[in-house]
Amino acid sequence: MSGLATILRKDLKIELRTKEALSASFVFAVLVLVIFNFTLILTSDEALRLGAGFLWIAFAFSGILSLNRSFALEREEGCTQGLLISPAEPGSIYLAKFLANVILMLTTELLVVPLFVVFFNIEFERVGLLILILALGTIGFSSVGTLFSAIAVHTRMREVLLPLLLLPVTVPVLIASVETTAYALGADITVAFWFRLLIVYDIVFVTASYLVFEYVIQE
Amino acid sequence: MRTQSIDRLLIILATITLIAGLYLALFWAPRENTMGDVQRIFYIHVPAAWTSFVAFFLVFVYSIAYLARRRRSRDALAAACAEVGLVFATINLATGPIWARPVWGIWWTWDARLTMMLVLWLMYVAYVMLRHYMIDPERRATFSAVVGIIGFLNVPIVYMSIRWWRTQHPQPVIAGGSDSGLDPKMRLALLACWVAFILLCAILVRRRVRLSALIDELDALQAHTEGNHISAEFGGTEHS
Repeated sequence: MSGLATILRKDLKIELRTKEALSASFVFAVLVLVIFNFTLILTSDEALRLGAGFLWIAFAFSGILSLNRSFALEREEGCTQGLLISPAEPGSIYLAKFLANVILMLTTELLVVPLFVVFFNIEFERVGLLILILALGTIGFSSVGTLFSAIAVHTRMREVLLPLLLLPVTVPVLIASVETTAYALGADITVAFWFRLLIVYDIVFVTASYLVFEYVIQE
Repeated sequence: MRTQSIDRLLIILATITLIAGLYLALFWAPRENTMGDVQRIFYIHVPAAWTSFVAFFLVFVYSIAYLARRRRSRDALAAACAEVGLVFATINLATGPIWARPVWGIWWTWDARLTMMLVLWLMYVAYVMLRHYMIDPERRATFSAVVGIIGFLNVPIVYMSIRWWRTQHPQPVIAGGSDSGLDPKMRLALLACWVAFILLCAILVRRRVRLSALIDELDALQAHTEGNHISAEFGGTEHS
């Protein structure tokens, strides 16, 4: 567990100093919102109805940007060996990387939501619930995302391959997150099933990725 | 020698069942009352889907087998099943709209089964692409086994989510639950076609596995001759 904390601290420290992944994914997410505004000229009502979908498209694609960076640093600097020699178990490496990705994605999301509210003049009340949903959705997305990012970084196409691998597998998270987010923004729908699905997905794929990660990290 | 005779047997059986299946499907099975002859595409469409499911399930099985024992043949089998499964999934996706247009009046609808097939197709296309983008064979085998396992674990969850999503967003389509009251003759034609497809699938997978074995052999030979070449250039001895 100390290995987990050390690697997590290392990743967060690097990110705090450079702010590379965070600034890139934040700017990208804002751009997605701006492009939506241009391509689908929206009123506030429409933005409220379609907002959940917009937000998650922005989060998914900006999330892929930051996930792609997750193992790139180690690879570029030849530090994968270092990680492997360290006493940290593969599972701890996975959890540290996964938590770092969740924190990064969630930070971007918490910065983008207020901008979304301002851009489209939206009013909604269930703020606490929205934050919970963002966390659940992001955990699900990053669970497989972290695993596949470790795979994609070793291929010839790297950045291109991650979305192709990840998006079909995260279809359930994206559907459930969009539905629950729509509810948090005030839509009149039943979402008990989607909350359960999010929790089940999070548990299944954090566990499965944790278990198979040792096959991916070995050199 | 033995593999050759198994292949010959499979080819003979597949040819017989394919001809029989097509005869049963196109001539022998009764004409569907409301849809007419268009319905006969169902004998291709449905067995193609079932065959692709079997193939994708085998990707999962061989992926686990590879991670457990690390035998190259298991990796080659997983890869072959993914590729052949994709062919059958593509047949299913292509024949669906041809049938849907005259019967439903639309090419496509985001119905649970259609959407599921499309997501599966995308998932295994990504799997095959991943294999193409990796050079080191051992790493390729391990990584694609991981993706093959995670992808398949996800199938029930994807299906559940798409079904539930469908019930919340109804679309203008008459449910096509034709499986319920299937005529016995139709069922037999369907099964015959499925057996033919499974045999065809087995032949293609075996061919594909042999092809990857040949590719491996060729790579090894090339590496070997290049090695000799280099040692000759540097004044080394030249022997095989």
